[in-house]
Amino acid sequence: MSRDHQPEERSELAEMELHVRALRTVLEQKGYIDPAALDVLIQTYETQIGPRNGARVVARAWVDPNFRTWLLEDATAAIASLGYAGRQGEQMVAVENTQARHNLIVCTLCSCYPWPVLGLPPTWYKSAAYRARAVKDPRGVLADFGVILPASTEIRVWDSTAEVRYLVLPRRPAGSDGLSEEQLATLVTRDSMIGTGVPRAAENVR
Amino acid sequence: MSYRSHADLGGQDGYGRVIPEAEGELFHAAWERQALGLTLAMGATGAWNLDMSRSARETLPDYIAISYYERWIKALENLLIERGLVGPDEIAAGRMLHPARPGLPVLRAADVPAVLAKGSPTLRPATVPARFAVGQPVRLRAAAVTHHTRLPGYARGKTGHIDQERGVHVFPDTHAQGLGEQPGWLYTVVFSGRELWGSDAALNHSVSIDAWEPYLEPVS
Repeated sequence: MSRDHQPEERSELAEMELHVRALRTVLEQKGYIDPAALDVLIQTYETQIGPRNGARVVARAWVDPNFRTWLLEDATAAIASLGYAGRQGEQMVAVENTQARHNLIVCTLCSCYPWPVLGLPPTWYKSAAYRARAVKDPRGVLADFGVILPASTEIRVWDSTAEVRYLVLPRRPAGSDGLSEEQLATLVTRDSMIGTGVPRAAENVR
Repeated sequence: MSYRSHADLGGQDGYGRVIPEAEGELFHAAWERQALGLTLAMGATGAWNLDMSRSARETLPDYIAISYYERWIKALENLLIERGLVGPDEIAAGRMLHPARPGLPVLRAADVPAVLAKGSPTLRPATVPARFAVGQPVRLRAAAVTHHTRLPGYARGKTGHIDQERGVHVFPDTHAQGLGEQPGWLYTVVFSGRELWGSDAALNHSVSIDAWEPYLEPVS
């Protein structure tokens, strides 16, 4: 647990732990679930499928113009060529940020998110605050993330209301010309691939 | 029959600011991991489809008050109970009290990577031509519906234009109700901020949704 909980929250937490354990026991006893499969599912999203996948896609697009073109024309195939595909990313679309236009992704109806490249959505992406405001006041939402764009930049919000999943191709940071693909990937943040952030500056390379 | 989604939040006021979160924070309690695992494992049995589970979540009366994974667990329980797979008495007791439904395909650990890699594609072959063309103006259906839908309230009755054609996809409105896939053409439809939010919206603000053909009317 990574957050402090108030006493009443703690008891609610204990209640949910017991409740979910009870449900799991019933499903196990009924033979509807394989406990080992649960472990693999959880481990997969904790250790294998996350935003570092998407960062590799972005870094490749930054260094390889042919890949960038492919990604923008057929993101599903381009992303699959790097080994990322499947659940909640069956049909991918990449949208490119430019000096003229900034893209922001939201799912106002639930929490649709490109799992194969970004993993599980962060809490804020699923929150009522983000889902309510992103479509109406995107500049206000960006300010919550400390991102201020010039007034002249067009903002396009993509509401993921179907099974198409969107990935933002952020702008390559200035001064990053000499960096390798691997180094560039470290500049790509999760939020920059949703549109609520921008990549780290080139001097922050890891 | 009345159907109410509590999840249609786009454009609503009063939810406050967005609180960013570090990249590695996935779960805030051990039970949330279990909620993910149980939901994905039971979803893989095919006892319901993704649109049915979205419908089960968005109709929870306390949707707004509870956390994301609480919604998952409550919806999962409702889906299990509605289908007679589990009794409410069993969930309360924390153990099996009635015989299991035989023949449910169980997701095995060895099959997880293949199942996740395959996903549940909704793209279907086109059997009829698309009714709308890229660039064409369209109006979104204004009438409220009494079932699960993916047409957000803020776009109803609004006029935009076809930005992209996305192929033929399973129609969630029928799929969620057990009325079959009834695949239809899907389009990305883009609206100006001013069309959606009035004259206060910036001129260079636009919003798109992905909309199925039955949501759209031509604009003459």
